[in-house]
Amino acid sequence: MRRARRQPWRRWWPWALLAPGLLWLIGLYGLPLLALVPLSLSEPVSRFGLETVFTFHWSNYREVLQSHGPILLRSFGYALLATGIGLVLAYPLALAIRFRGGRWQPLLIGLVVLPSLSSYLVRAISWTSLLGDSGPVLALVHRLGLSGLLTTLGVLQDGRLLNTPASVILGLTTNLLPFLLLPLVVALQRIDKRLLEAAADLHAGPLRCFTQVVWPLSRPGLVAGLLLSLIPAAGDVVNPQFLGGPNQRMIANTIENLLLVQLQAPRAAALTLVLMALISLAVVLQLRGRGLEELPLP
Amino acid sequence: MSRLGSLMLALGSALVYGLLYAPIAVMVLFSFNAPRGRFNLLWQGFTLENWRHPLRDAALTQAFLTSLALALAAALLAVLLGGLMALALARARVRGRRGIELLLALPLTNPEIVLAAALLNLFVGLNLPRGPLTLLLSHSLFCLSYAALTLKARLAGFDPTLELAAQDLGAPPLEAFRRVTLPLLAPGLFAAVLLCFSLSFDDYVISSFTAGETVTLPLYLAGAFQREISPQIQVLSTLVLLVSAALLLLACRPQEDPSR
Repeated sequence: MRRARRQPWRRWWPWALLAPGLLWLIGLYGLPLLALVPLSLSEPVSRFGLETVFTFHWSNYREVLQSHGPILLRSFGYALLATGIGLVLAYPLALAIRFRGGRWQPLLIGLVVLPSLSSYLVRAISWTSLLGDSGPVLALVHRLGLSGLLTTLGVLQDGRLLNTPASVILGLTTNLLPFLLLPLVVALQRIDKRLLEAAADLHAGPLRCFTQVVWPLSRPGLVAGLLLSLIPAAGDVVNPQFLGGPNQRMIANTIENLLLVQLQAPRAAALTLVLMALISLAVVLQLRGRGLEELPLP
Repeated sequence: MSRLGSLMLALGSALVYGLLYAPIAVMVLFSFNAPRGRFNLLWQGFTLENWRHPLRDAALTQAFLTSLALALAAALLAVLLGGLMALALARARVRGRRGIELLLALPLTNPEIVLAAALLNLFVGLNLPRGPLTLLLSHSLFCLSYAALTLKARLAGFDPTLELAAQDLGAPPLEAFRRVTLPLLAPGLFAAVLLCFSLSFDDYVISSFTAGETVTLPLYLAGAFQREISPQIQVLSTLVLLVSAALLLLACRPQEDPSR
């Protein structure tokens, strides 16, 4: 009797809790994203209007790839470069936090996160005054006589540090450092110190300890960090817009321009879907069959 | 490890902290600058004047208040919706669980610009005028995944027998939830609200597509690059930094080395 009364409630209460959230996810994310597909195959009705009509207009894709292909390549180039530099910087710090941090580990991690709690636009303003033509960094470069070397490396262009690829990549790198570092530290913290003691007992030197024990066990953290930093970096708007010049625009700036300035929604939709496909490809390649939930996300 | 290795590790760590804190140091320093002209980008001289009138820039203050209200509303809404989802996913057998979890995780794998473009087309298609309402809808959407996934992880870490014990002692399910689960979950809820608040407070890309005439703080700052960078920007940002530093220090008190 009691069981029969409780049964229907048991079946529907989870769905009652899920319903509002699912409404949000489907109505504001799933369906609008799917709606980009027919939009990307539409044509504008008139030259200066927002109205479009669905005509299987495949050439949108050809046109955006032809006119914005180089910018797409540049975006992924910048993002990969920034991620690579970030990795070289983050790995030693992750090792230091894990193996030298002791009881201060949470504080050292917190200190990495703290700068990203102030707006990234304010940080961009700060970089503008640091790297600007009358800023302290350029003065230091000249004082140390490094301008020749940096010009050869392409960091300095026409005597400027700001509005160059280097300034955009610097901004991207500093923004993504916490995303790289947190999963790495989590992965390193999962390494049992007894493994290292065992390796040392078996006469492995520090270098072999690292290459045979630490590095392989930190791989899941590396994968998670790469994904978490590559996704926002490839789609970044702020750094190219405020630290770069017209020749450093990235793909998100182009999409924004197509949508808000040129009012070419179909082409913007096509470019957005191309960007999404490329990033999903990167995610699938990196995960190689592992689930997202297996990664040591912070 | 060798002494050389330790030295290189220390130098490398110092370099990273240096890169992370260089723009923060400049921000704090320039809140004490007395700029000539409209752009507070060149060091001219020390003054306390900006700190005596932190709210002098009325448009900036208005944008700051708008962002505070929006972030608070979006965070509470996202944690409410996400918390309910987390509860169902953690405590019940739901058909299609994997699909729902995928739907929750997918927004995290899209760059913001993808969400922004999709939302803009939705609002234009629905003829919904862009303003505070569309901002709240979009912000609560991108916060929802973070809230639901972190709270689900929290709930999975609890001992479900505590709730069962309460029910065995005669508490109806809702009563058991209110007296046992909710108090246990409170720190997690607080952390989720903070996370969503900071995500929403800092959002620029999605806001620039869905704000209409409404000006949030990041939108104001983006406009400031062309218009005027008043020292009050650095003053308010330094204040925000102080509050976040205090909250972070509370969360990061030193503890026993968890790896031992």
